[in-house]
Amino acid sequence: MANKPRVRYRRLIQLVAAAAGNSYLTGFATGKLYQGDLKMLCTPGLNCYSCPGAVLSCPIGSLQAVIGSRAFSFSMYVFGLIVMFGALMGRAVCGFLCPFGLIQELLHKIPFPFKRNRFRGDKPLRRLKYLILVVFVFLMPMFLNNVAGNASPAFCKYVCPAGTLEAGVPLVYLTPAAPETPAGTPSSGLIVSALAPDLLSRPDTGALFAWKMGLMVAILLLSVINYRPFCKYVCPLGALYAMANPWSLYRLRFDPGKCIACGACARVCGMCVDPTQTANHAECVRCGDCVNICPTAALSLGVGDLKTEGAATGAVTRKEENA
Amino acid sequence: MRRFRKHTWVWLLALGAVLTALGVARGEVMVVLTKAIRICWECVGIG
Repeated sequence: MANKPRVRYRRLIQLVAAAAGNSYLTGFATGKLYQGDLKMLCTPGLNCYSCPGAVLSCPIGSLQAVIGSRAFSFSMYVFGLIVMFGALMGRAVCGFLCPFGLIQELLHKIPFPFKRNRFRGDKPLRRLKYLILVVFVFLMPMFLNNVAGNASPAFCKYVCPAGTLEAGVPLVYLTPAAPETPAGTPSSGLIVSALAPDLLSRPDTGALFAWKMGLMVAILLLSVINYRPFCKYVCPLGALYAMANPWSLYRLRFDPGKCIACGACARVCGMCVDPTQTANHAECVRCGDCVNICPTAALSLGVGDLKTEGAATGAVTRKEENA
Repeated sequence: MRRFRKHTWVWLLALGAVLTALGVARGEVMVVLTKAIRICWECVGIG
């Protein structure tokens, strides 16, 4: 078909976005962070601001930093930025601009005989990310204050594998150990100890670092088996964009008149979405695999709704149209 | 109502812009900058 819509250059856009967001190369050599004014701005995707190469701030880290500060109890600035990114792109941010999403996708390309995207419990497990958003990003930084009135960024501290991978590992290698920190190699980090003995033998890497390394390794290994497990089940930023996904400007368009109900789109979807049922499902990261595989060009990615589609706003499903 | 739903992204964008502007006005940007330019040891897993 001559005019069949295709999603091209997504991988290139992902690579450019990851490289641009981490383009402070001096940081990788010295272990010192970029300290320019660009860090006032947040990147759309999940990218730790303590990564030595980061030139922008992580929106989830920044949200917790402001909520956990003594001066503020909520961040209108960071939340407003996230709402704007969501209004324009929805979860296309996850599919095109998130460096940690890219890492998971590349890992999923590793051949493995037991790849599994659909399993019992997958659907309820997807709600976990909303719980993590509420508890770790909003409630814990809001209420677990120290005597000075500040709170730790709970999601970054206890969960975020992107922070461990992008900041924890390089910084532990690049910065000298703090000699006054009393800690030893924890017994809980056996797998990590085997994989990266240098990291856990430092005097200042304790149980928390071992927990975070274990979680990171688990998620990276799981990414080989399951497509984007962190995005599906854990990511609070993905949860925020998921809420904006049905309404965003950049969206998946479905033309029911062209659909031959072959089911190829639903089968190819790594996020296990059927775009013919809900074109702009909260879980769709707009990777465009369904667009590329559709034999009749019934699906396309673009700005706004199809004019021929009638009532195909994101919240209106084909089921509802038929009802 | 359908027109409203079709252009929800515009309302979301406007809401986001207003929130961002209010956040800038009350000085949240400096909190973000101050946090982002120093190594966050909690994020790293050491703090």
